[in-house]
Amino acid sequence: MGRFHRHDDNDHGHGHGHDHEHGHGHDHGNAPGGRFGDVIGDHSGYETGTERVTVLERIFGENERTAEANRADFDAAGVTVVNLMSSPGAGKTTLLRETLRRLHDRHRIGIIEGDIETSLDADRLEGFGAAIALVNTGDGFGGECHLDAPMVRSALPRLPLKELDLVIIENVGNLVCPAEFVVGEHARAMVFSITEGEEKPLKYPVMFRTADLVLVNKIDLLPYLDFDLGAFYANLRAVNPKAITLEVSAKTGQGLDAWCSWLTTVTGRSPGAV
Amino acid sequence: MHELSICRSIAGVVNRHAAGRPVRVVHVRIGHLRQVVPDTLAYCWSLVVEDTPLAGAELRVESVPARIRCEDCGRTETLEAPVLRCGGCDGTRVSILAGEEFLITSLELAEA
Repeated sequence: MGRFHRHDDNDHGHGHGHDHEHGHGHDHGNAPGGRFGDVIGDHSGYETGTERVTVLERIFGENERTAEANRADFDAAGVTVVNLMSSPGAGKTTLLRETLRRLHDRHRIGIIEGDIETSLDADRLEGFGAAIALVNTGDGFGGECHLDAPMVRSALPRLPLKELDLVIIENVGNLVCPAEFVVGEHARAMVFSITEGEEKPLKYPVMFRTADLVLVNKIDLLPYLDFDLGAFYANLRAVNPKAITLEVSAKTGQGLDAWCSWLTTVTGRSPGAV
Repeated sequence: MHELSICRSIAGVVNRHAAGRPVRVVHVRIGHLRQVVPDTLAYCWSLVVEDTPLAGAELRVESVPARIRCEDCGRTETLEAPVLRCGGCDGTRVSILAGEEFLITSLELAEA
C-alpha cells in the first residue's frame, strides 16, 4: 500500500506537466480484471463496483486559504510579517533577542513564538517591550514540527496588530516541515549556522529555496571550524540563486546592523503601512 | 514528520469529496521538489485513517520528477538532484516545469 509509484519507461517528458489521468501502471496485477492499458479519462469500471472521481485539489489548499486570510489581516493592520525559520540550535532565539535589543525603540514589534511544549524561548525574549504570543504546538501526535496558517491565526487575537509595525514569527526549529506551510508572511528569512555543514542547502532544498534572505550565523566560529564558506554559497546558489545572504554572529553582533536594516526595509514596504 | 500534517490535509479533502461513501483508493500527485518521503507518507496515512471511516483506503502516490528549462540556452532537463542549475551552460536562470506538484488527483469510491 502506498507504493512509491514511478513510471518505468524513462519517458519523464511524458504527461507530467498536465492533468490527464495516467491510466497505465497503477494496478500491477492487484486488481483482477482491472487492466485497461492506456485508457485515459473515465475509469468507471476500473474495479468492479468502483467509481473514479476526479478531485484535482491542492493538498494544502485549506492552509493556503487561511494564510490568505492572515495576510489580509496583516495588510489591513499595516504590519509586515517575517517568517523566521531554521534547524534547532541555529540561533533563532538569540538572534531575535539581539534584534529586539536593536530595534525596539525604532519599531513596534510583535513575536509569534512556535515551540513544541514550553515557553522557554518566549521567556528569553522578555524585557524589550515586544508583544509576544506563544503558540505551543504540542497537541496531537506529540508535537507539530512547524507552524501552519491556522496555528498562526489562533495567535493573532493575542497581538495588538494595529499597534505594530513588524511581526516576526519564530517558527519551530526544523529544516523540512516549516518550508511547506505558508502562514501569510510577507517575507521568509532563515537562520543557517555554520556549525551545520556546507551541504545543508542540497539536503534541505525546499527550505533553502523558499528563503528571501539567509543569515549565515555563528560566523565568529569560522576560524575554529572546517567549514568551507565558498562551498556553502555554491550549494545555496544551486538551489536558490536569488536569496540575499548576510554573515552574522548573534553573539558578537557582527552583521546585525545589516540584518536590522533589511528588516526595516521590508517593514517600510509593507502594503498598508503608514 | 510533516507527512502527518499532509495526511490530515488529504483526509480532510477526501472526506469532503467522498460525502460518506466508502473510499477504496486515494490518488495523489507529488513532485520530487516537495521533499516528501513516500514510505513515511504511507505510514502516516495508516496512522491518520486508523479507526476512521477512511481506514483501509489505499494512498497511491504518483511521483513526478523535477524538470527545468534554462532561460539562457533553452535546454530542458530532468533533475536527479534538486540542483537548480542548467546541465548545459551551467546557468542558474532556470524555470521549473515540473516537480512542485502537490495534488489530490482522484478518488476511487465504492458504489453506494
